Amino acid sequence: MGQLQNFTKGFVKDNPVFVLLLGLCPALGVTTSAFNGLGMGMATTFVLVSSNIVVSLIKNFIPSKVRIPSFIVVIASFVTITELVMEAYMPALFESLGLFIPLIVVNCLVMGRAEAFASKNNTFSSIVDGLGMGLGFAFALTLLGGLREVLGTGEIFGLSLYAGDGMLVFVLAPGAFIGLGYLVALNNIVKKKLY
Amino acid sequence: MAKKESTFANMVLTLIIVAAAASFTLATVYNLTKEPIERAREAARQEAISRVLPEFDELVEKSFMPPTGSDSLQFNLGYKDGELVGVAVATYTGMGYSGVIRAMVGFDPDGQIIDVVHLEHAETPGLGDKIEKDKSDWSDQFQGFDPREKTLKVEPDGGDIDNITAATITARAYCDAIDRAFQTFKENHASIINTEKE
Repeated sequence: MGQLQNFTKGFVKDNPVFVLLLGLCPALGVTTSAFNGLGMGMATTFVLVSSNIVVSLIKNFIPSKVRIPSFIVVIASFVTITELVMEAYMPALFESLGLFIPLIVVNCLVMGRAEAFASKNNTFSSIVDGLGMGLGFAFALTLLGGLREVLGTGEIFGLSLYAGDGMLVFVLAPGAFIGLGYLVALNNIVKKKLY
Repeated sequence: MAKKESTFANMVLTLIIVAAAASFTLATVYNLTKEPIERAREAARQEAISRVLPEFDELVEKSFMPPTGSDSLQFNLGYKDGELVGVAVATYTGMGYSGVIRAMVGFDPDGQIIDVVHLEHAETPGLGDKIEKDKSDWSDQFQGFDPREKTLKVEPDGGDIDNITAATITARAYCDAIDRAFQTFKENHASIINTEKE
C-alpha cells in the first residue's frame, strides 16, 4: 500500500467514525458545534500521531503479553500532556472541550491504530497512518458538528445563518445519533462511487 | 511482532521502564505548564470580579461557609479609596442539569446584586447555556435585583426570576447558586462590613 492511500484511507474508505465506527463517545458527545468537533479532532490527531510514533519505536522492546498496558500508558501520557498544554495556552478551547479530553484515552481509535498499525509498521508509515486517521476523525467530527449546529441552532462556527432557534433535538443527544446515521449512509454512497 | 520473550522478568522490567518514562515526562510537562495554567485561571477569575464589581483599587479575599452546601465560598471585597464598594462572591451549585455550575456574583455593600457572570458550567448548548452573558440577555435581569425584597427563585417555584424556556433545571440551579451567595453574604454581613483592610 502506497503512502498516499495510507494517508487518504482515513477520510472515506476507512473513516474512523463513518466506517470503522470507532471513538463514538467523543464523536457523539462534543459535536454540538463544528468548532468543538474540529478542536476534538485536532486534539485526537495529536495524540494519535504521537502515540503511533512512540509505539512504532518501542514495539521491538515490548514483550507481546504486556503490549496493551504499555500502549495504554503511552497513550494516557500524551492525553495528559494535551490536556495540560491546552489548559495552559488555550483556555477558551479547554473550557468547551475540557471534559472530553481525558476520554481520548479510552477512544478505541487511538488504541486500535496503535495495536493494528503502529505495532506492525515502521515509524514513517505510522506517522502517515496517524495523520490520515486523525484528520479523517477531525473531518467526521467537524461535519457532524456542523450539521448539528446548522440544524439545531441555525449557526455555523458561531455565524448566524437563519433566524429562529432551529430544531433543538439536533443539539441534544438524539440529534447526534440521527445525524451520525445519515452521515454514515451518505459515506456509504460516496464510498461505493469511489472504490 | 515483539522480539522480546514474554518472560516474567521481561514483562515486569518493561512495564517499570514504560511507567517510569511516562511519569518522568508527565512531571516535566506538569512543571512547565503549572504557571501558565494558574495564570489563565487567575486571569479568568480577575476578569469575572471586575465585571461584577464597580471600579475598585484594592481587593481583600475572605472565605465563608455557606448555610447549605459542602464547600466554602470565596468572597472578594472591593475597596475604593478605603470605602467598601462591593463584594464579589464565587459561588456554586450542584443542582445543574449536567455537573456543577460556578458563578461570580457581585453585591453592593447592602446586599443588592450588581451583576452575575458564570465561571464554568456544562449545561446543554442551545438551552442551558443561555445563562452565559454572550449567549443570551437572560442573566441581565439579575442586575439591580434586590434579594432582600424579592425571591431568588424562578417563576414556576414562586420566585421573581424569569424562567429559561426548556431549561428550567438550569435556571433553577443558577438561582440556587446566587441564593447561596446571598444567604452567606447576609449571614456574615457584619463581619464583611467591619473587615479591616490589611
